[in-house]
Formats: sequence, C-alpha cells, structure tokens
Amino acid sequence: MVIMKPLNLISRIVIAVSVLSLITAFYVPLWRILLWAPQYPEGLEMKIWINTLSGDVKIISALNHYIGMRHIEVSMFPEFGYMIYILGSIITLGLLTALVAKWRGLAAYFLLLVMTALAALVDFYLWGYDYGHNLNPEAAIKVEGMSYQPPLIGTKVLLNFTAYSGPDLGGWIFIGVGLIIFVVVLYEWRRRK
Amino acid sequence: MKILTRHALTLAIIGLGTAMFSCAPKGPKEAVTGGAASKVYVAPGQYDEFYNIVSGGFNGQIGIYGLPSGRLFRIIPVFSQFPENGYGYSEESKPMLNTSHGYVPWDDLHHIALSVTNGTHDGRWAFANANNTPRVARVDLKTFHTTEIIELPNSGGNHSSPFITENSEYVVAGTRFSIPIGDKTDVPISSYKQNFKGTISFISVDKTSGNMNIAFQLLTPGVNFDLARAGKGPSGGWFFFSCYNTEQAYTLLEVNASQKDKDFIMAVNWKKAEEYIKAGKGKKVKAKYAHNVLDEKTSMTTSTMMEEVLQLDPTELKDVVYFIPCPKSPHGCDTDPTGEFIVGSGKLAALIPVFSFTKIQQAIANNDFEGEFGGIPVIKYESALQGEVKKPGLGPLHTEFDDAGNAYTSFFVSSEIVKWNVKTLEVIDRIPTYYSIGHLCVPGGPTAKPWGKYVIAYNKITKDRYLPTGPELTQSAQLYDISGEKMQLLLDFPTVGEPHYAEAIPASLIQPNSVKFYKIEENAHPYAAKGEKEARVERKGNQVHVYMTAIRSHLTPDNIEGVKVGDDVYFHVTNLEQDWDVPHGFAIKGASNAEILVMPGETQTLKWKPLSTGVFPFYCTDFCSALHQEMQGYIRVSPAGSGVPLKFSTGKVETEATGGN
Repeated sequence: MVIMKPLNLISRIVIAVSVLSLITAFYVPLWRILLWAPQYPEGLEMKIWINTLSGDVKIISALNHYIGMRHIEVSMFPEFGYMIYILGSIITLGLLTALVAKWRGLAAYFLLLVMTALAALVDFYLWGYDYGHNLNPEAAIKVEGMSYQPPLIGTKVLLNFTAYSGPDLGGWIFIGVGLIIFVVVLYEWRRRK
Repeated sequence: MKILTRHALTLAIIGLGTAMFSCAPKGPKEAVTGGAASKVYVAPGQYDEFYNIVSGGFNGQIGIYGLPSGRLFRIIPVFSQFPENGYGYSEESKPMLNTSHGYVPWDDLHHIALSVTNGTHDGRWAFANANNTPRVARVDLKTFHTTEIIELPNSGGNHSSPFITENSEYVVAGTRFSIPIGDKTDVPISSYKQNFKGTISFISVDKTSGNMNIAFQLLTPGVNFDLARAGKGPSGGWFFFSCYNTEQAYTLLEVNASQKDKDFIMAVNWKKAEEYIKAGKGKKVKAKYAHNVLDEKTSMTTSTMMEEVLQLDPTELKDVVYFIPCPKSPHGCDTDPTGEFIVGSGKLAALIPVFSFTKIQQAIANNDFEGEFGGIPVIKYESALQGEVKKPGLGPLHTEFDDAGNAYTSFFVSSEIVKWNVKTLEVIDRIPTYYSIGHLCVPGGPTAKPWGKYVIAYNKITKDRYLPTGPELTQSAQLYDISGEKMQLLLDFPTVGEPHYAEAIPASLIQPNSVKFYKIEENAHPYAAKGEKEARVERKGNQVHVYMTAIRSHLTPDNIEGVKVGDDVYFHVTNLEQDWDVPHGFAIKGASNAEILVMPGETQTLKWKPLSTGVFPFYCTDFCSALHQEMQGYIRVSPAGSGVPLKFSTGKVETEATGGN
C-alpha cells in the first residue's frame, strides 16, 4: 500500500532539524507588544518569553493604572509554569515523528502544531480580553464605552497609544518550523498520490 | 617718570585704537551674509553637533549649550546653590559646598577643562574653578552632576585653574593673589616681598574614578598667576603659566603692576617635580582644606576636612621651574596642537610673542639665563622666542587653535578676533565682536586634535545687541564659521551668568553615555524607601524621619500625624519611577530652606522645622502626569509635648474624625 510507504529520508532529516531549531525558543522572546504615544516617541516594549516577561513592563503598568488596568505581573500567567513542558513535548514528538517515519504520524504531528498555535492565540486573546475589559471601577480616567483590549496581531489605537502585537524571534521560528513541516506534509502527500 | 609712562600708554592705546577702528564694528545693523541662518538652523527634533560647556562666571554655574544653534539646554550648579533642583539645599548636597571657611553658597566660576586622553577629548569629565574661595570641581559628563569639589589651601583667588595635562594626570590650580602662607600669616600687607608666596597646586586625577587629590604644591615667588596650559606631545611633561605683577605690588595694581616692560611665562617641568616628590623631596605642611565627594549610589555627599599638603620648593631644586620674559602682564598662555609653540598674550602689549619649546630646552641646556627672579632662573627672551605676531590688534587675551594650523586670538580693546598662521606668524583675517570679547573657543581648541569648524566669542559687553531688560542686560556669545579662509559671523546667542572660558566637544562623545535614570535596586541611600511597602515614619527623639515614596501620581505616606512643634522633620523622598524624564518634586508650606527635585530612582532629603501647630500641605512640584495636581498630602503638627500618636497612611479613609486625639 502506497499510504504505508515510510517517509522519505530527506523529509525525516528536514523534520528533525527544524524541530530541533525550536530549542532556541527556550532562549529567545516569542512575542512582543509595542506601544507608542506622543510622550513616548521611542516606544515602549514588552517581550513575552517562554517563562517570563521583559521590557518596559513596569512603565506600561504604571501608565495603565490610570485607566484601571491591572499591573502586569509574571504571576498573572499560569502559562509561564507549563509552556516549557508543552514546547519540550512538541520537540520530542517531532523527533519521534522523524524517527518513526510514518505518514499518519506526520499528519498528526502537523495537526498538533496547528492546534497548539491556535490554542496559544485563543489563550492570548482571552487574557487580552480580560486585561482590557476587567477594569478597576475606581480608575482615575474612565472613558465611556472604552475598553483597552490589546490587538491579537497587528496594530490598534487605544486612546493616546498606538499598540502593536506580533511574533518576536521565537514566534517567527515557530511559524517557520510550522511552514517547513507544512511543505514536508505537501511533499509526502504528493508522493502518495 | 611713572606719569610719563602712563601718558605714553594712553597715547599708544588711542593711536592703535584709531588704526584698528578703521575696520571696527559698524554696530548691530551690519549685515550677516551668506546663508548664516541655514548654518545655525537645527530643525525641531534634530540635535546639535557640539556640546558647548560654558563657564557662568559670577553665577558659579556651568551652562550647557548646543552648537551651532546656541540653544541653552541646562545649567549645572557647581559652586552655587541652585533653586531649580535643590543643589546646595538638600541634605545630601549641602556638604558639596562645604569649605574650611564653612558653607559657601555662591562663588565665581571662570574656566572649564575637559578631560583628555592622548591630548584628545574623551568626554568623561569637566573640571571647573572656584575663583573666590579657591576650589576645583569635577562634573561627571554622564550625569552632568557636580560629583567632587576639592579646596585649595595656600591659595587666594584660584584664577589660574583648572588646566589639564594631556592624559588628565593632573589638573592645576595657580593662585591669583600671592598671600602669606605657613605659620605666620598675620603680617603687614606691606611686607609682600618678604612674606607673600604663590602656590601652584597639582591635583592628581584618578584614571578610573576621576577622584581628585592634591598631589603636591609648588611654592613660587610672590606674583599673580593668571592662566596656564599644559604642554602636549614633545612638551607633554611641561606646564606653562602666565604671571603678572612681577613688580610685587600690593596696592593700586592697575598702575603699580603695569610698570615693567615684561612679566613672565613660568615653565614648569612637572615630570621632574613628580620625580622629586617620588624621591621624597616634598615637605608635608599643615593645611586645612575640604574634600567633598558625591556617592552616586547613595546620592549623598561626604565632606572630609584634610589636614596636610605636600609642598615642593623649586628654589631648592633648580631644574623644575624657569621664567621666560613675556611683554606686558600676560593673560592667556596657550600651547598649539603640536605642543611646540607657546603663545603669550600680554594684555597691554601690541604684539603677540610665540615661544618655541625646542628653543626653551636649548636655552636651559646652554644656561642662557639673564638672571634670577626670586631664586628662579630667567631665560633670555630672545633665546626662547620663535617670533612675534606684529600689530595683531590691541589687548590680546586668549588664543585657540583650529585643525589647519591657524590660531585665533581674542582682542578685548579692539573688540575682534584675529586669525593668524602659527608657522608664518602672519595675520590672515580679522572680524569684529560685539563687544569686547574675553575668552574664545574653537571646538577642541586647547587639545592636540582640534575639531575646528567654529569659533565662539564670549563677550564682556552686550549693550544694544538684544532687547534691553533694564540696567542688567543678558550676557552674550557669538558664533563664527571658520571653515573658510575668511571668518563669518553666524549667530548671537545670550548666555546665563558671565561667560569666561568654555570648551566645545562633539555630541557623539557625550550623548551615547548620558544616564537616563538611576536604577532603584542600586539605590543605597540609608533613608531610601525602595517601594511603597517600605514607606514609613520613624521618630528618634525630636527628629522625625519620613521615608516617603513618589510615583505617578501619589506620595506615600500622604497623611502624617504626631509631629510636634520643635521637631526636625526630614522628608527623605525616593522617586520610584524607572522611566526617562519623570522627576518628582517636593515642597511643603513654610519650608524656610527650599524645595527638592528627585530624579527617577534617587532619594533626596528636605529638612523642615515646623514652627506652629496646624495641618500643613505638601505636594509634588514637577508636573509629572495627568494627575500631578492630585499628588499631594497633609502633615499635622501638634503642640510640643502633645500626646498625638505618630501615624501615617496613604489611601486610608477613616470613618470618623477622632477629634480630641
């Protein structure tokens, strides 16, 4: 049966190498949020890593408290506790996919990658929704009908700030790996036609 | 005879003045030509090319300007209290103005010396002199803060200061007034020749920290020291000082110190002096002087009273100090970028002598001396002379150099800058200044590597150049383009205080290192509250210490009770911000001392002594945020001996006022 044909050796190497490159995601920021305002022409930046936050987090929090947004703390995100395990599992499963070299394994693995990415975005959206809507009723500045949910991806104007949200180096590596695996999936699928 | 000399001098001045005035200023209407405006226009949001670090004269401060725009950025308080930021008022900064005479709130700052490495600007520190109560200060160019001041014992009028050696080994400080020194200082003024001495202090500068220390003092005969320059390159081990009043007059110097045809340039072999000090030839003498150092980690200044100083007597060591005759009360004494030529500017002379370092060395080797003065050998004028710039103008004061072998000399009496060639000694160009220029500055002009491009005139008279503001007028500087053969006037710009010497340095050597704020975790102030949880009030006897924090837009604590009349209340305000350009201020009603301004991450202390009972408001004085006007609090003062307990809070609303308490 054609479908049972094992994965091409080159495909397996490509899978293994690209999955191994995900190890860098432990050490580089995954996502970044940039803010500009008239008083901040140089911009403010928050970087999201696999287990922490960096950048101008305190300054952003200090500014946001006027409109009743909570202080951003690492402890707000239980995700930082288990994201390293998720990434570890993804890398292990990827290596396993290359090792076992089954078409179905590859398809399942690709699906897993897509699902993980979607789950991460949904999770980020939910946090952003809560952070932007769940405001302190005693806030000094209250603008009727205004909420401050940060953009999921792309730019958005929030009062005097323009906010941008998008992948950082680690995020791009993740997207790149996803695309490479997608190409491998296409290639292997064609081989089986 | 004296009268005759005076008349001759007057005639000479009138005569020369008439000659000079044929090309003299035509007044403010004179056209500024050739696109001057575009040459000084720095568009909004763009930066200037140079920092101009300008002495403030009698205001005791330094002004920081941009060039070519002439815009004033900042005033750095050095030897004077400064209401803008609490310098000299806050408990942390008061010791910086401490001296052996006690607290001196205001002095006179004349000259700037920027630190150099291999004779070239390194952008680390600016040194400045206090003229009246003799001191030298060091300003850190990362923070633009005065970080150290050292007092100079045995000095009277620290004018010949600060000048710096080519690797910032030493900053020197020569006394203007010779004074009686040592054990016997209560002597008749008329015993000048017998009892009065001059001193030159060699202040060592630590290579890493910049910390200053008086390495040794050279004793000299009683004269007035005016200005100086270190040698560079071949003359790097030497220092040159102008001195006047070799007549040793002690009254009506205007006349009595202008009698001799020639005074001196004093050449000092400081490498040799250093060797003698190492060989133990120095003598330790008792001297009381203050040494004040700012610790940037605690924001606190410590003042230490020093007890002794090392002195070297050059009359006992013949090969350290030499005099070179120089016409008519020399003022400026400037070495060219190669270090070979020394330009003396006799302020009453009608020529500029240029001395050669090589010839000075030959003269010393050949014992080519015309005699001695106060036990110091005097080199023959002709033996040291390279040549004279003939008829350059009237009243030469100072000379700076460009990067193309030209010198620029300021002329007070004829009110002009004269450009001449250092090699040929020929005058190339002259241009009027408005009016009566004193010092002048070419970027990098005193260094081995001038940056050139501009010359700035610092004028003594402003008169009709600006809209008048009553009898007290603004002081003024003028910017000239020197990139071409002819000098071109570009801009007049007002200055604060009275500008004396200034230096200009490329922005690229300073801008990248400029500190934006202090890291709160590195704040080691003993009374810092590094978070609102640490904010509190503590009583020690009649001292009340308020550990207060400031962050947009509240002070913690903002309600304080239990303070009594007769207490000394110390507000230690820590600015918790960790962002660029978010200072907070602090002021309390009835403070007879001052206000304070606190930079992000820093702690500053205001002492307040309540004299009456009541509730006193305090607030943030620096518009910090949209809710700045809400950044306020109250302190309750009860009668002495009252039983009101000490308490403090922020954001705590009590249900009911507890009236009787």
